[in-house]
Amino acid sequence: MRNKFEEQLEQLNIELIEMGSMCEQRISDAIKALTSHNMELAKMVMEKDSEIDQKEREIESLCLKMLLQQQPVARDLRLISSALKMITDMERIGDQAADIAEIVSMANISVEDLSNIVGMGEATMKMVTDSIDAYVRKDLELAKHVIDYDDVVDEYFIKVKKELISFISNSESDGEFAVDLLMIAKYFERIGDHATNIAEWVEFSITGKHKGS
Amino acid sequence: MNKIVIENLDLYYKDFKALKNVNLTIPEKEIIAFIGPSGCGKSTLLKSLNRMNDLVEGCRITGLVTLDNKNIYTDIEINMLRKRVGMVFQKPNPFPMSIYDNIAYGPRTHGVKSKAKLDDIIEKSLRDAAIWEEVKDRLKKSALGLSGGQQQRLCIARALAVQPEVLLMDEPTSALDPISTSKIEDLAVELKKDYTIVMVTHNMQQAARISDKTAFFLLGEVIEYNETEKLFSMPKDKRTEDYITGRFG
Repeated sequence: MRNKFEEQLEQLNIELIEMGSMCEQRISDAIKALTSHNMELAKMVMEKDSEIDQKEREIESLCLKMLLQQQPVARDLRLISSALKMITDMERIGDQAADIAEIVSMANISVEDLSNIVGMGEATMKMVTDSIDAYVRKDLELAKHVIDYDDVVDEYFIKVKKELISFISNSESDGEFAVDLLMIAKYFERIGDHATNIAEWVEFSITGKHKGS
Repeated sequence: MNKIVIENLDLYYKDFKALKNVNLTIPEKEIIAFIGPSGCGKSTLLKSLNRMNDLVEGCRITGLVTLDNKNIYTDIEINMLRKRVGMVFQKPNPFPMSIYDNIAYGPRTHGVKSKAKLDDIIEKSLRDAAIWEEVKDRLKKSALGLSGGQQQRLCIARALAVQPEVLLMDEPTSALDPISTSKIEDLAVELKKDYTIVMVTHNMQQAARISDKTAFFLLGEVIEYNETEKLFSMPKDKRTEDYITGRFG
């Protein structure tokens, strides 16, 4: 019953997983480029952002096709409308990974201890992965866990900020790259916010209730 | 205010129990949609609201149906009930007579004789049914010459001519093309200002578009009754969800 629709919904899941893993990969590559001063990798992250944009178009078109052909209601309508909202956040995550890569490609970052900012990047990656997993598996607990996990990213942000402040005040060199690093941290913090948005839409797709409504 | 209240209604066709303990309240001047698979009892319930099931041999009803707090089986005379609760069927069924006489039929049976008064009723009914402009120049022509969509609006006008309070509609658009369908839907929304409308429909989008409340029927039971927007976005019962999302059975 409704075989074609079931296939389309399955296709939507596959595409979302793909888009999610593209976002993850870009964040991971941006972190690598930062820690290894790998300019080539940074450039590649910037160039590949268009692939995420393209994926967004494809998913959007699939969702519109389903709305037109299947006139979904109830759970199906929530799944498709959530997917439409989620891909906007995922596209922004891709942009921010590219922004991080752009800073890496231009700055000469000479701080030795990058552990907190790397930890922060990894924490956001986990949020992105988990939020998409929660959608595909319709896992409300995991979605809530992602929303809570944003605090971890925020704590990292405070730590990185404090580190950079003390670095600038103790250092004799100019603080330019400290400002660059602060921007990178801010981008990670935004990625965490977007992953939280995704998790909130997952919550809506399962329960019909969206935070704040 | 509740126009119709149904309490603990059971309906049998001989030994077959077609409705099982139905409890529903139908508020005044709203559109209520009944949805559910074929044979689930929605048309049967609709027909019990103006006692059309009385004509079915072996039909037996227990429980209570009230119209403005009066028991329709004991406290309201049947002709008066059917004047107050009109019905429009799935297939347009104009009488084989002129457009004018179709509409005048009901008022005449209720004793209206004055030509001027009949003229007024006919114009008002046809206007209310959004068909006046299309037929005003051919009122004396046969109603059978109208298109399906026009015939259905004529039947609605005929139902309105006796100034009912409630309109029962049994799949009123299932035999019509999309344009006629949307005209009837617009009309139903317009009529809601003055009438209470109960509509059986197989078209889920139609129920979602125009009704205020929806009841989902299955095997003679009301499974879920809620505001339409809620029922179609967050149904409470899994059976409702399965039916409206097309995963039933």
